[in-house]
Amino acid sequence: MQQLAVVDRVGTGVLDLFASVGAVATFGARAVVAAARPPYEAREVLKHLYQFGCRSAPLIVTAGFAIGIVLSMHTRASLERFGAEAMIPAGLAIALIRETGPLTAGLLVAGRVGAGIGAEIGAMKVSEQIDALEANAVDAFKYLAVPRILALMIAMPLLTIMMDFSGIVGGYVAEAAVSGMPWRLNFERAFSYITYSDIILATLKTIVFGFLIAVVSSYLGFTTSRGTEGVGEASTRSVVMSSMLIILSDVILVKIIFFFYPAVSG
Amino acid sequence: MNAVRFDHVSKAFGALKVLDDISFEIPTGQAFCLLGRSGTGKSVTLRHIVGLVQPDRGNVLVEERDIAALAGRELADVRKRMGFLFQNGALFDSMSVGDNVAFPMRRHTDWSDAEIRERATRKLADVGLDHDYDTMPSDLSGGMKKRAALARAMALDPAILLVDEPSAGLDPITAGEIDDLLVKTKQGGTTLVVVTHNIPSARVIGDAFAVLQEGRMLARGTLATLDASEEPLVQAFMHAQGGG
Repeated sequence: MQQLAVVDRVGTGVLDLFASVGAVATFGARAVVAAARPPYEAREVLKHLYQFGCRSAPLIVTAGFAIGIVLSMHTRASLERFGAEAMIPAGLAIALIRETGPLTAGLLVAGRVGAGIGAEIGAMKVSEQIDALEANAVDAFKYLAVPRILALMIAMPLLTIMMDFSGIVGGYVAEAAVSGMPWRLNFERAFSYITYSDIILATLKTIVFGFLIAVVSSYLGFTTSRGTEGVGEASTRSVVMSSMLIILSDVILVKIIFFFYPAVSG
Repeated sequence: MNAVRFDHVSKAFGALKVLDDISFEIPTGQAFCLLGRSGTGKSVTLRHIVGLVQPDRGNVLVEERDIAALAGRELADVRKRMGFLFQNGALFDSMSVGDNVAFPMRRHTDWSDAEIRERATRKLADVGLDHDYDTMPSDLSGGMKKRAALARAMALDPAILLVDEPSAGLDPITAGEIDDLLVKTKQGGTTLVVVTHNIPSARVIGDAFAVLQEGRMLARGTLATLDASEEPLVQAFMHAQGGG
């Protein structure tokens, strides 16, 4: 009897998980369709692009700079043993551009922007502002969710480039402090093993991260209930679910990139 | 023509039956006051009219169109002809009071920015908030929020104005001013559907009345009909001196 209860609980949990995944996927598909139809809410997209992009930039640049310094220090400690210090800028740039920059930028944005989207839309839901939009003959989904999704899909690659660049600068500062390497030589070495495919493919995959963060957070905002407690929960779950999806999708996207562009894996 | 008609409408949320076979009609230009104790389905009735809630059974007709059967642009076109004052105001808290009132104008008209500002200021003046255009909703008192929300509901001079508790949280003088504004709006040809607990206010505004009790219509008719009703709850309501 007890075993049946466990099976029942697990089964219910799995079914709930599939139902949630299905609901989020439907929400995302609806957003894609809605984005293609007028009105285009360009003003809202620009407003959110400023909020998500410009306002996240200080965090991204600071984090990138710090990661660059730390990565440089770790890389030096490893490569020194083999007398390969000259490879430090290249190793740092490869790590940052291919993986660390996009993934870290995605996780930071999931924390800063995802939580904000979940909380803002959730608060609008529980205070009937979403109903007020609908009563004012405005499609709340198209007005609230679609511009946020588009804005974050645009902002993510730009923020990733900022993170990559500030990380390389951070790495240079750390390296210059230890070895006195001139900046021109540092940058030449940094980009000597980097191809355009590395930069473009790794940066473009963050468009998917932006889509996932905004879709999940908007969905959780729209489905908020139970007042302020529900708003807090929507905010927290937005960060947790976005972060998990970013990590999972990163694995899949890297696999896809390696499949179609084997040169990148070299 | 009827502005609104409920035809055997029933609605339940889970096991909770909120409306049970409700039927009534509101002729264009009339003020219909929906009375009843808290939790009897009055606000849900209003939400049916604007299409925020769909009936489980029956039909809700707005200007002879089944609101539940409409979607997209058609639904938006019907909603543009309505204004809705929510019970808690539901002002957009990321916009100033003036921008809240200007919002429907920006969305649905091609008026210039200057014209929209001028019209929004005039709407705010109607509710005594003409100096609060740039104030944020969070800086307003509960009563002021309600008045600002009423100004937003009236922004496009709607054909049908749905008002949920217009005098709740207002001082008697302001409540009287809001009543006068609603009467003036009705005289301008707007159909009013007013949910209220404030019987003196309902007596000023209403042409027709209905009392809801546990999702059913307990009584319906003119002021004289309801005053003459022998139903104890109706009597208790009609002889109440305040509320809100």
